[in-house]
Amino acid sequence: MEIRELTCIVCPVGCRARVQVEGGKAVAWEGLECGAGEEYVRREVESPLRDFFTVVRVRGGGVVPVRSTGPIPREKLLEASRVLAELEVERPVRVGEVLVRNLLGTGVDVVATWEVE
Amino acid sequence: MEREVELVVVGGGAAGLAAALRAKKEGIREVWVLDRNERPGGILPQCIHTGFGLHYFGENLTGPEYIHRFVRKAREEGITLKLETMVLELTPEREVRAVNAYDGLLRLRAGAVVLAMGCRERPRGSLLIPGGRPAGIFTAGTAQRLLDVEGLLPGREVVILGSGDVGLIMARRFVMEGIRVRAVVEQLPYPGGLTRNVVQCLEDFGIPLLLRSTVTYIHGRERVEGVTVAEVDEGGRPVPGTEKRIPCDTLILSVGLIPENELSEGAGIRLDERTGGPVVDEFMRTSLEGIFACGNAVTVFDLVDHVTLTGERAGEAAARYLRGELPPPRRVREVEPGENVRLVVPQRITGEGPVSLYLRVSRPLREVRVKVGERSFPRKAVRPPEMVVLRLGREEVEGLGEKVPVRVEGLPLER
Repeated sequence: MEIRELTCIVCPVGCRARVQVEGGKAVAWEGLECGAGEEYVRREVESPLRDFFTVVRVRGGGVVPVRSTGPIPREKLLEASRVLAELEVERPVRVGEVLVRNLLGTGVDVVATWEVE
Repeated sequence: MEREVELVVVGGGAAGLAAALRAKKEGIREVWVLDRNERPGGILPQCIHTGFGLHYFGENLTGPEYIHRFVRKAREEGITLKLETMVLELTPEREVRAVNAYDGLLRLRAGAVVLAMGCRERPRGSLLIPGGRPAGIFTAGTAQRLLDVEGLLPGREVVILGSGDVGLIMARRFVMEGIRVRAVVEQLPYPGGLTRNVVQCLEDFGIPLLLRSTVTYIHGRERVEGVTVAEVDEGGRPVPGTEKRIPCDTLILSVGLIPENELSEGAGIRLDERTGGPVVDEFMRTSLEGIFACGNAVTVFDLVDHVTLTGERAGEAAARYLRGELPPPRRVREVEPGENVRLVVPQRITGEGPVSLYLRVSRPLREVRVKVGERSFPRKAVRPPEMVVLRLGREEVEGLGEKVPVRVEGLPLER
């Protein structure tokens, strides 16, 4: 059994919750004021998801900003960043162009968010 | 070059492009946008994180994607974009004096002007931190430009002073690029940025947030070698005996944004000392006829969506002014910030409404009632980093007196 402290981000109250975690699930909590917060804490403990974005090198110099087409598991953020640090893309790059398919088996792609001529 | 132009917009960021596009849509043929940068879009192309456009587009976009839609549209609609063009002066008669390398000196007699210069970061000089002048001290926005536009690492081990949103966002970017973030140091008892950013940029990566603390010394001669951090008392003064040295090669400053208004001041536009921007009414009219202002030049917003909306409002009003259809101030009502209110925009209400009021509170509160004249708006909680947006309908605006006191009642929010 583990006690984790989480800050709810559903509304500006920002409840500080003390959450009891067992087998990767939130089984009890205190400090939350509403049902939306309870839902947030359950999700954060079981499978926290985050948007992923970074920049990748463009051949010939410079970088282009990119993002994942959907959120990925939080624990994969740093690994995803390391994978994209190895990538170098060819000019030109268009907004929305797919640069990586199925990032680390998450089922989401990585697309460019700016253009490079 | 000397000529007349129907509408001149100063600044090609989110606010300026929204104003230009709206004016064009209203049928104004000649719309010029002047921007000193080499590319349009203002700060957004370097804000590569998500969270933009949730209100305006109903989509979760990055900064570059958000602004790309406006830049593309501006080009399609035939808006004249004058880049690398520095506006030097604005006169009360609406002559805009600017300079660039391809036209030389520009003297534009504008039918109407929209000011959309945005804001800039508070620099080290305004903080008076003792120490030398080593390399390795950057504002958060400069570090963002280095990392996410130029592709350069600003350092290997950083301390961030101030917990504004740009600093928090950069803390996460640093970690993702292999840079160690030793601490974020905040003088106030609560973070300066949104709770969401505290959680997803700091807590996610185990970065310590040192509240009620500040940097009292910067060590190093050629390059930053560390900073001394101390706790501060209620008055913000360092407490002797609490100092500790944190080794780092880079100090990042995220200590506030200031609306950029040298041009407005030069023209003699009335400014609000609370916001640092022009006093405006709900049509984004400034104190000078035919000159409008919008976006972060008026007050620092936390969502670009609101910046866009004020830009559209200014663009629409400027177009109506050019057609002679903008009603002169009918009945001026002064909005007066009271208890727990740091600032309110617009500062004057001159028409029939409806009106959107943007306000910032001075401290975190819960079980809140925001009072505008007689009307009361309940809120569960309010915090200084999160702007409160209120909409007053026509009837509510009709009922307002000559003075409109705005105050916020609630209980202290301690966390």
